[in-house]
Order: sequence, then structure tokens, then C-alpha cells
Amino acid sequence: MTEGTTNTTDENLFQLTNVNKRFTKGRESITIFDDLNMSIKKGEFLAIMGPSGSGKTTLLNMLGGVDQPTNGEVWFDGARIDKLSENGLAKWRAANIGFIFQFYNLMPMLSAARNVELPLLLTNLGKKRRKQSIDAALELVGLKDRAGHKPKEMSGGQQQRVAVARAIVSDPKMLLCDEPTGDLDRATADEILTMLQELNREYGKTIVMVTHDPEAAKYATKTVHLDKGEFVEKGSV
Amino acid sequence: MKLLEQIWIVIIMNLRSIPQRFGMSVATIFAVAAVVGVLLFFLAMGNGFKDTLEGAGSENVAVVTRVGSQSELNSSLSREQVNLLSTAPGIAKDLEGNPIYSGELYVIVDGYKKTTNSKVNIPMRGLSTEGFALRENVDIIEGRVFTPGRNEIIVGESVLREFSGFELGTKVTFAKTTWEVVGIFSTGGSAFDSELWADTRTVQDQFRRGSSFQTMRIRLETPGDIQPLINYAEADPRLNVKIETEAEYFSTQSNALNNIVVFGWIISVVMGMGALAGALNTMYTSVAARAGEIATLRAIGFSNISAFFGTVAEAIILSLIGGATGIIIVYFFVDGASAATIGASFTQVVFSFTLSADLLQQGMLLAFGIGIVGGFFPAFRAARMPVVTAFE
Repeated sequence: MTEGTTNTTDENLFQLTNVNKRFTKGRESITIFDDLNMSIKKGEFLAIMGPSGSGKTTLLNMLGGVDQPTNGEVWFDGARIDKLSENGLAKWRAANIGFIFQFYNLMPMLSAARNVELPLLLTNLGKKRRKQSIDAALELVGLKDRAGHKPKEMSGGQQQRVAVARAIVSDPKMLLCDEPTGDLDRATADEILTMLQELNREYGKTIVMVTHDPEAAKYATKTVHLDKGEFVEKGSV
Repeated sequence: MKLLEQIWIVIIMNLRSIPQRFGMSVATIFAVAAVVGVLLFFLAMGNGFKDTLEGAGSENVAVVTRVGSQSELNSSLSREQVNLLSTAPGIAKDLEGNPIYSGELYVIVDGYKKTTNSKVNIPMRGLSTEGFALRENVDIIEGRVFTPGRNEIIVGESVLREFSGFELGTKVTFAKTTWEVVGIFSTGGSAFDSELWADTRTVQDQFRRGSSFQTMRIRLETPGDIQPLINYAEADPRLNVKIETEAEYFSTQSNALNNIVVFGWIISVVMGMGALAGALNTMYTSVAARAGEIATLRAIGFSNISAFFGTVAEAIILSLIGGATGIIIVYFFVDGASAATIGASFTQVVFSFTLSADLLQQGMLLAFGIGIVGGFFPAFRAARMPVVTAFE
């Protein structure tokens, strides 16, 4: 990751230029980011750490197009996304982003396979091709035999693996992970992190992971620390 | 296609999550069922009453009443008027060339409802044997026809069913005279089944009506063509009468229950407001309970349109289930049930509650309307759900 640059290059997948983010609470204006600049290279596995309220999740939301900067520019793979409409962003997310949430966010009434299928419903794939993609994704996370099970019939680790399968099934360029191991025990967390590491190394997925956990951050290729909306440290692992 | 699939999956998810809001969903279903049930109760009442009266009316028969009278009860015709009209053109003749008509009396006698034992007015009609020929489907189902000149009555099957003391062979007292029930007749469920029939002359004598009548029924030469009769009556100043086909006469009488239908709609709309509040509450709860799911789908890339229609569809489906429940309840407990109410002549008309495809459609349309409105605003909230909710 590089700070302070506004140049888009072929290497950069994401680029934030002079980004400001302010919230208004009553009469009070709260600044989260003030002229933030950052870029994320293709193929990076970036861990963002920092205390609560430092702006980690807000940054992740802006990268994922679920929150918009107050000012500034957000570029993704050479295209500006901060000016897209809500439905334009939804289409952009469907094509480019896979989300992995702390609490898995699976649909409790759907089977693992149906959960994994959700992003594919936004593509032009037919039923047969969708089935092939679902099987491949579930096989990759080692849960092909649990395809018909509903989330409540699975452990937390298995649910998170289903969530990973859902995130990768449509082959997005980028995975955004919000505390992906925050609800798991150490051993299971390591399994999930190893899986993410494989996705990064073997499948070339660019990954941004927000975490409180220094052990989790060790799986990333780079780690940055945010405090009060500013990067206070950078480095590679 | 993609959008339809998105909407479909959201609908499936919403419906499958209903057990999580089972109590509220069931309450909404029953609220809508109650609204539709009440509406159909009144509509079936109006429909049954209308069918009963209109079933009695024929295009082949003209009814003559005094000008200004609202019904048979407050009409009055003299023997002279009846005789004059019997020579009018346009009247069908029997095999011997005699005009087919019947001068009739219509008086009120007391009866008691079997269900409540309350005193009610029952119509008693004095008619001649020609009067039978002027009515279609008259069938003596028990006993025999009354004998002219004797205090004998025959009883409509609806009277026998709804009111006490009219069994075959029973003696009843009207106008301080005793009458014997010698027969039971049926006209296939028409308004005539709510009457007692006796010989005209006997009724005139016992009720001190002299030689007057109240109405005259005439078999028309050409069905529906009353113009020759009207022309004839207008040319003679002694004939201050109103002439209409029997079908028109009973159609006018059936308007008496139009207010019931209006009343039914008013009650249903007022109750519908309550059901609507219930539906809104359920759907707002549904949206709140599924906030994470909706936001997650939006984060994945589902459009807000799918969230909107998914929520509206859930509300519509719950309302339609409620509507169908209301229909089933009315079908099993109300449709075909017999009731009696006061008709235009202040006498009891026995009728059956009658559902029809048109009424069922109206009931389901009401349920659909409640679903649409009850789902719209919560759906709007679902569509506007911030996607960041998925991360909270």
C-alpha cells in the first residue's frame, strides 16, 4: 500500500484521493477522515488494524461502495466509483466485490448452496452453470457435503466457510473482510485465515481485512494501523 | 429476468422467515379474514335477498297496483278496475278464450320466528286458482290446495322452515277466525315461499275487505310487453293504476336491501383500517427483523427494487391468505344459511345467504388492497435500508 499518491497505475486496484468523510450528529460535525490518500495494489492482502472508532469499518465501507466519501475520489481498477448511483454501486459490487462479515450474514432460511448461489442470481449464468459454480466454491471451502444444510445446522467455522464460498463464487476481483474471525475460536480462525491466504496466493484475490486481532493480521501481506482517521504506521508482514 | 429472480428469492426468504414472526403474521391473517368475512356476510345477505325477490318475478306477468303505492300492501284496486283491465289488449287467453288474470289480496298476519320466538309479520295472499297459473314452478309438496270458500291455507316452505305453528294439519287463528293448514307449497325458493295462500273470496270476507283487491296479476300475450295495457289504462280515467312487469316490480322491491350492501362496505372499510394497521405493524416488524438480511443482500449487489417488491409481496400473500380464510369461514358458516328480514311490505321475506364468484372476487380484491397498502410503506423502508446495516 502506498500513501500520498493520486496517480492511478496498472498496479493499483483501489485508489482513494483526498478523501474526506464527515458525519453530522445533531449540530456537531464529526470528521472521520480528512484528506485521506491511499492505494491498494492488485494481489495485496491488506490488514487494517486500529482501535474502535478509528475509522476501519468506515474505510472498508467506502472501499466496498456501501458508504460514500463526503469529498474526494474513489477509483477502482481505473474507474471512479464514488459518483455512481445507489443501484450503479449495487451492480459494481455484484461484479467486483465479495464480502465476508464477522457474523457470517448468511440467510438462515436458505441452505448453504442457496446462500452461495445468491451472488450468481445477479449474473447471466443459467441454472446448470450456477450449480457448477456453487459446487466448485463449496468444494474449495471443504463443505460440498453440507450443501443442503441450513446455517443453524452448522458450526460457526462452517458458516464462515459458507460465507467465504458465497464471497468467491462469482469470482470477484476483491474480497472485503470485516473482522472475519471475530466470532471464532483460535483454531477455527486459523483455518479461515489460511483459506483467505490461499485465495490470495493461489487465486490472486486482492483482500482487505479489518481486524482487531494481531494474529489474524500476520496472515496478510501488509498491515496498516488507523487511529483517528489517520494511518499511524505502515509496514509489511 | 435477473431482477425477477432477485425478487423471487427475496419473496421466498421473506415467506420462509414468517415462522419467526408467527404470532403477528397470524394476527394479520385473521384481521384480514375478519374484514373480508364481514364484507361477504353483508354482500351474501344482499345477494340472497335480491335472488329471492328477483326469482319471484317473471317477464310473462304484469303486476297492477294503485298509482303511488310502494308495494302490494298499500295498494288498493276495486273490483270494477280489475274487471275493466281484464278486457284490455295484450292479455294472454286460455284455451277457452278467457283472459288469464288474478285479482289478489295481500294482508298481514302474525307469526313467530322459530329461532327467537319473536312476533313477526307474515304475508297472507288471497288468490284464485288462476293465480297459481300465473306463477311458475308452484309445487304442492305436501297435502293439497285450499278449497275455495273454506278457511283453509297452504303454506310456503320457507314459512314452515322459519316460523312456528304452520305444520300440515295445524289450525291457526287470524282475524278472529280459525284456518287450517291443508298444504305446503314450494316455488323453488322465491319470495312467494315466504307467504301463506288462501282463497281470495274467503280472505276478502274474513278480513272485511268487501270486494276490493290490492293487486292484479295478468299473463302477458307477449313476454315483457306491457305497453298495450299501459295505453289502455291511460285512456280510461277510472284506471288510476301503475303497471309493470313482475320482474320489474320485484327488482324495485329488492332495492330495500341495497342499504345493507352499502352498510356492509362501510363496516368493512372501517374494520379494514384496523386490519391495515395490523398489516403495517407486521410488515414494519418484518422489515426490522430482516434488516441485516436486506442489507446483506444489498451489499452483495441485490437492487433495492427486489427488497421493495419482496416486502410488498409478503404483505400481499399474508392478506390474500387472510382473504381466503374469510371466504372459507363465510362459505362454511354463512353461505346457504336461511334468514328472514322485513321486505318493502313490512312483512318477512325468507331468503338464503348466497355467495357468488363476483362477491368472492370483491372479498379478495379488498384483501389485496389491504396487502398493497399495508406492504407499501414498510417496503419503502426496506428499499431505503442503509447497506451499512449489514456491517453493524
